[in-house]
Amino acid sequence: MRPYLAVLRTRCRLLLQYRAAAAAGLATQVAWGFLRLMILEAFYRAGGPAPMTLSQVSAYVWLGQAFLAMFPWNVDADVRDQVRTGSVAYELARPIDLYSLWFARALAMRTAPTLLRSVPLLTAALLLFGMPGPASAASLMWFAASMLLALLLACALTVILTASALWTISGDGASRLLAAVALSLSGNIAPLALLPDWLGRAVVLLPFSGIVDLPFRLYSGNIPPENAWLVLLHQSLWTVALVALGRGMVNRGMRRLTVMGG
Amino acid sequence: MAQIEVRGLRKSFRVPLRSSGPFGALMDLVHRRTRTVEALKGITFEIEAGQIVGCIGPNGAGKSTAIKIIAGIMNPDGGEATVLGRTPWADRKAHVRHIGVVFGQRTQLWWDLPVIDSFALLREIYDLPRRDYDETLADVVERFHLAEVLDSPVRQLSLGLRMRCDLAAALLHRPSILFLDEPTIGLDAVSKLALREAIRDWSTERGVTVLLTTHDMDDIERLCRRVLLIADGSLLLDGAVDDLRRMSSARRTLMIDLAADVADVDLEGAELVRREGDRLWLEYDPEQVATHELIARAAAACPIRDLTVADRPIEEVVAQVYRDTP
Repeated sequence: MRPYLAVLRTRCRLLLQYRAAAAAGLATQVAWGFLRLMILEAFYRAGGPAPMTLSQVSAYVWLGQAFLAMFPWNVDADVRDQVRTGSVAYELARPIDLYSLWFARALAMRTAPTLLRSVPLLTAALLLFGMPGPASAASLMWFAASMLLALLLACALTVILTASALWTISGDGASRLLAAVALSLSGNIAPLALLPDWLGRAVVLLPFSGIVDLPFRLYSGNIPPENAWLVLLHQSLWTVALVALGRGMVNRGMRRLTVMGG
Repeated sequence: MAQIEVRGLRKSFRVPLRSSGPFGALMDLVHRRTRTVEALKGITFEIEAGQIVGCIGPNGAGKSTAIKIIAGIMNPDGGEATVLGRTPWADRKAHVRHIGVVFGQRTQLWWDLPVIDSFALLREIYDLPRRDYDETLADVVERFHLAEVLDSPVRQLSLGLRMRCDLAAALLHRPSILFLDEPTIGLDAVSKLALREAIRDWSTERGVTVLLTTHDMDDIERLCRRVLLIADGSLLLDGAVDDLRRMSSARRTLMIDLAADVADVDLEGAELVRREGDRLWLEYDPEQVATHELIARAAAACPIRDLTVADRPIEEVVAQVYRDTP
């Protein structure tokens, strides 16, 4: 465990240095949040009954903006470069488990920028932009637990994206494709509850909803605390499955690498 | 038992062929054609503890492949290898604890981090006791003169410094065997000397075995008593540097500076290979004509201002051997 914690710590310290990027990202995410809210408000004014209240939608949008950096939308650039240049062979010359190493890196990559952005953005949203607080203390607690699982789920997906670089060399193609698909399927474009019933019900079963849609709906009470265990079950099952898949990919990829040459 | 034992190691790669022409890429999708390249055709050697062994050979000869297999980074197709009693590819994690690796063209340090942070991370990865780590660190810092660069990010270091840091990083866990793949590539003369000295001192004082590949014959002459010459996937020579010289003809060069201009110089037993103004290069075989005999003949034939006798440069010998292999 120790080497992986050390990697996590070191990576976090490095990533927390990018404060200018965080500030710029923050401004974009605030503007984008207002845009999303205005579009949804317009829909709400025009439409009939909706499965979410406008106040719930507002909480949902601001949470989405605050935790955007946690979303598995890109590969680990350092690992991609290691694969491209062949330095990844060095990792094989170490007494270390490659999947766990990459997972620790993903954890740092998803946590550090999110910490930098989410705290100021949520503060501003709650105090200035009219974002409602959590529905209840129970909702807040379940939301927090669910966000932790969402983080693990996002990391499992990030490692899968990164591992795809072992086949495609750059990993860019796969990551762009997955990012576009995953963003819409996670609820980051619009809450999944607003999709047509048949589609929404299918999409919620996919792993992506566990990163965005489900935890955010716990916060606003759109999913009541008594149903929270279903959300945590969904997230846990997918995390286990995706970790297994990622592990298999890394092992196969490395075997291929050791067969093909460094 | 020898520290490294390699028996009949084989490895081949399948390289995809690309079709040319307007529909080439399409054809490749339907029918992939590959070419098999035999990188190693069965190599056998042993290395005793504490030796520094150099591995030379033309580009693509298979020397890096051999080193990667023995280091546990690549799997062979056939053959056996035992390093410190273990099979590298079967028992990778236990194996790599006892070896250190440096690839000259790559770095194992974290690009954005200060050198010392990369070192600290390696301490965690190898789970080294604090006291051992501090002791080794102090030793490498003093030896390789790294005190001033420890706090600089790796990306700011010159190549020479970076290589010294890379070597230091590979030694922190006190490996018994060191694998160096082209460690001096791209270094200036001073950095090369410093790196060679570091490698040699560490090996002699700590009894560490070193297996290195290189294209720089100076590396071989300065560092290695023993040379493995790999060409076209086979081991052509396993012996001392002098054996390498003997592989090619034992010819020597006599260089003469003329005191006055002479139209033509023709000496029995020697061949004029080059002439630039009043400087001549003659090649001869010392087994057929004694050196003093030849010099006497030269002195009789033409006015001489100065002369030197030299072995053929090892670079030329090796180039000759590479050319002669099919």
